[in-house]
Amino acid sequence: MILNPQMECMPREEIKKLQSERLVWQVKRMYEKVECFRNRMDEKGLKPEDIHGVEDLSKLPFSYKSDLRDYYPYGLFAEPLSDIVRVHASSGTTGKRIVVGYTENDLKIWAECFARMLAAFDVTKEDIIQVSYGYGLFTGGLGAHGGGEYMGCTVIPMSSGNTQLQIQTMVDFGATVLCCTPSYALYLGEEVEKMGVKDQLKLKVGIFGAEPWTESMRKEIEAKLGLKACDIYGLSEILGPGVSGECEYQEGMHVWEDHFIPEIIDPDTGEVLPEGSTGELVFTTITKEGFPLIRYRTRDICSLNYEPCKCGRTHVRMRKPTGRSDDMLIIRGVNVFPSQVEEVLLKVSGDSITPNYQIVVDRVNNNDTFDVNVEMSEKLFADDVKSVERVEGMITEKLRSALGIGAKVHLVNPNTIKRSEGKAKRVIDNRKLV
Amino acid sequence: MIIKQLSVFVENKKGKLASITETLANNDVDISSLALADTTDFGVLRIIVDKPDVAYRALTEAGVVVKITDVVAVAMDDVPGGVSGALNVVSENNINIEYVYACVGKTQGKALMVIKPEELERAEAVLYQAGYGKISPADIYRI
Ligand SMILES: [Zn+2]
Repeated sequence: MILNPQMECMPREEIKKLQSERLVWQVKRMYEKVECFRNRMDEKGLKPEDIHGVEDLSKLPFSYKSDLRDYYPYGLFAEPLSDIVRVHASSGTTGKRIVVGYTENDLKIWAECFARMLAAFDVTKEDIIQVSYGYGLFTGGLGAHGGGEYMGCTVIPMSSGNTQLQIQTMVDFGATVLCCTPSYALYLGEEVEKMGVKDQLKLKVGIFGAEPWTESMRKEIEAKLGLKACDIYGLSEILGPGVSGECEYQEGMHVWEDHFIPEIIDPDTGEVLPEGSTGELVFTTITKEGFPLIRYRTRDICSLNYEPCKCGRTHVRMRKPTGRSDDMLIIRGVNVFPSQVEEVLLKVSGDSITPNYQIVVDRVNNNDTFDVNVEMSEKLFADDVKSVERVEGMITEKLRSALGIGAKVHLVNPNTIKRSEGKAKRVIDNRKLV
Repeated sequence: MIIKQLSVFVENKKGKLASITETLANNDVDISSLALADTTDFGVLRIIVDKPDVAYRALTEAGVVVKITDVVAVAMDDVPGGVSGALNVVSENNINIEYVYACVGKTQGKALMVIKPEELERAEAVLYQAGYGKISPADIYRI
């Protein structure tokens, strides 16, 4: 079912017209209300009047994740707090926090965006949705919650954790839809098998997102939980889950273009790439009131497909992101930058030079492994085993508190970490996610 | 007496230990004693050699992490109870011992032992007072 055919199936020419109107409106109000954006426009010698429609989009300045940190907490909000009805924040496990805000209207749009995807998989008001994303500052829980309520479904605000109770609830309450991260879905599936309750489940659809997953994971989840597993994309800076989502044909995720304009750019030059190219995904929010962003660099690498979809929706489809344009890693759902590891090692070494290190990530039994090899140095070395173990333990502990996840630390001989062209290869990601 | 010991970081990987002794041999360094303390991941190799400074340079150049540590060498009668006698002297004087190991050979009919006490100079002094006589560096480095 198509929730909002007027918008979702709008002819492309009309989408362009609508986007143009909304972009002009957004640029004008942001120029008045958001200092960071106004400064960037002034630097480029641009005035809101120079922007006439989507054809002028590429003239506009980019915005970056660092802006969110620089203007923490409310500096990028375009409405006074009296009109902001909710905030969300990144979990705080990675460096500084970022905060985003929503007006009442923003929340309505978010709920509809999420609900469009539910509708695509024939979820109706008769359905019972178990939301097993974490509730709280993370956008997952309340995002899915809002989508379910928008559809008129019965929503179980389960949040994450307590697997036994999760499964018992699914069985007792007759949940037909499950929303959570794909890795948690797989874990739930394994527990369901162990408990032998698969035939008591009524699940038909699962909406999974917030972390990278593979086609083979999709098949495994589907087999273990007896549902159709669907991919949803989102990021809290832009909205939360629901910026794009799969339709019933599952050949890419429709980006809701009446609210977001996606572009694919060359991450190095910032140039917009020709249709169909693979590059960095950039979003402009054209209806968002509380926390709007122009040409936000997601750092996700993917491509856009403008070909008409069999489902009848006209909105562009994005491929599942295949990587990042920066060196960010997503390990067990947590964002990790090699620079954070470097900072910890620099502090521990008590030296002005960072010890040579290497991050090795792999996936074993659907769980990410995270190893950090550190080359031993005279500064770190002491005459007895206990002190060396203490150094290992200290690095492990400092990494855990800086990153929010545990790493296995190995001290290795100097000059054993491979260097390519004099520079060590910092990250080895052995996970096959495509 | 206080002597120089080399402490070497060794990853627990095949061939790592052999490459260290090979480097020393190639630089004409004689090993008189060798002890390894290890975990599953890594080990600390302690060696007494005839030319500690040459050994230090050679190993560092070969990319090995090495430190020079001072330890106490004790000569004692090679009879039952000889080792515990010397250790008792140290502990009776309330000096903690971090580790201890025996040297491979003998000198002048005596056995040699290496002790790493917390208080190096005091340990040496109490041992000397207890009759554990002086030995010449040559004896130790060239057993
Ligand atoms: Zn479609």
